[in-house]
Amino acid sequence: MAYAYELRCRECGKRYDNAPLSICDECFSPLEVFCDLESARKTFTREAIAKGPSSMWRYQALLPVPDDYVPATPAGWTPLLQAPRLAKRIGATNLYIKNDAVCLPTLSFKDRVVSVALANAQIFGFDTVGCSSTGNLANAVAAQAARLGLKSYIFVPADLEPAKILNTQVYGAKLVRVDGNYDHVNRLCSQIAERYHWGFVNVNLRPYYAEGSKTVGFEIAEQLGWRLPDNVVVPMAGGALITKIRKAFKELIALGLVEDKEVRFFGAQATGCSPIATAVKAGADHIEPQKPSTIARSLAIGNPADGVYAARAIRESGGWAEDVSDVEIVSAIQELAETEGIFTETAGGVTTAVTARLYAHGRIHPDDLTVTCITGNGLKTTDALAGAYELEQPVRPRLSDFETYLEEQNEERELVLGGASVR
Amino acid sequence: MKSASSSLEAPVSVKVLLPNAFQKHTNGTREIQSNAGNLPELITDIETNFPALKTHLRDDQGQVRRFINFYVNEEDIRFLGNEKYAFKDGDEVLVIPSIAGGC
Repeated sequence: MAYAYELRCRECGKRYDNAPLSICDECFSPLEVFCDLESARKTFTREAIAKGPSSMWRYQALLPVPDDYVPATPAGWTPLLQAPRLAKRIGATNLYIKNDAVCLPTLSFKDRVVSVALANAQIFGFDTVGCSSTGNLANAVAAQAARLGLKSYIFVPADLEPAKILNTQVYGAKLVRVDGNYDHVNRLCSQIAERYHWGFVNVNLRPYYAEGSKTVGFEIAEQLGWRLPDNVVVPMAGGALITKIRKAFKELIALGLVEDKEVRFFGAQATGCSPIATAVKAGADHIEPQKPSTIARSLAIGNPADGVYAARAIRESGGWAEDVSDVEIVSAIQELAETEGIFTETAGGVTTAVTARLYAHGRIHPDDLTVTCITGNGLKTTDALAGAYELEQPVRPRLSDFETYLEEQNEERELVLGGASVR
Repeated sequence: MKSASSSLEAPVSVKVLLPNAFQKHTNGTREIQSNAGNLPELITDIETNFPALKTHLRDDQGQVRRFINFYVNEEDIRFLGNEKYAFKDGDEVLVIPSIAGGC
């Protein structure tokens, strides 16, 4: 191959030269990028990676871009944090958080996939790019397209959170609100991508785009000191992220950068849109589409493109999938913020609530090294917490007033505690 | 072609939009009209029109490949009863292999 990567059909294995193509024309199954590990073996070493940039591009040798590609946006390389307070709350002893709530430039893990997709949009000569999005992807495409001087068309469900709409428009993107849910938007984009010569990051550029998710896995391994965790908990929308983290671990094993180990993968969904979790629980090898109804809109994909692969990855790894209610999602957002100082969006609430349940149900052993993946920032979905906190009366700027305020607070607390003890 | 259930009614005509991935096997045809009464009839109709597509459309067991999705007027046909759904005159059927999107 001219490049050290090519497209291959995930089902029949037919090989394709690099092109803006996502579907096999023989069996109509999805295509995936295959990186030549042998050609990466010399350059993809712990030492070389350590000397690389403080971004996801330190793993460039295993991403589908040419060797001489110069990235314009330093996405990724987000913190992997020990989470002792959350761990104590949920009965864990060795819990880590991969915090893509602070992924740059637009505060979600989508910055990773878009970086790779737009690199390929430029290689294929597109001057206009686009995506169907539940919000985070819209922000990421709009921002990075602006930086690369590409025009962008962003398609979103009409009822998307206002912050995510504003955070797309500000970059000068053309935002098209579609009267329907994400699956409707997605379908429309499939048709548009066939009609117009545009690079849709998650349609015709999808095989390249999805590879960007591997960097979450590479980073987890490197940040753990080049070892793999016992378990990973991952939110699932289309289902690609969980399969790509697993692919990343397998590539690291194949290249000898980490010891061989079967990491268990756990998928998290909202009950109001849980086609993959439902399939895992039922042991089904197919996905029944659902009509989403959940506040976790960034996970609200009723017909997940990688659903079968995600369910298979979970099953093969010995993991499990769970789904949680909207009430649990909000509580988990608050719990993560209160215990670890991380404000995540609704998808992170899903992941945190599912993580807690997996420990509670004994699916994860308390002492296991477990990484839970937070993929987006709470500032984008503040409406999920509307009404959760009272705005108190302002205090006059006098010390005596503040002391009175404190006394009232203490009285209130005693009343609450007193009431509790009576019960 | 009509099914037993639709034979007593006026014949239906549906517009079927085929994806780019099919074009190699359909001599570039992107759109057809069909008188199929339901999904199994439509698939047979497509295969009759484009014999070259037949082996690609079905797997080794003869089942239509699981990555191929059918939508009727913007709705996934699985929400409408799938094979039991009786096409109505003027329905627009969209065939999308291996839906993309999401992550």
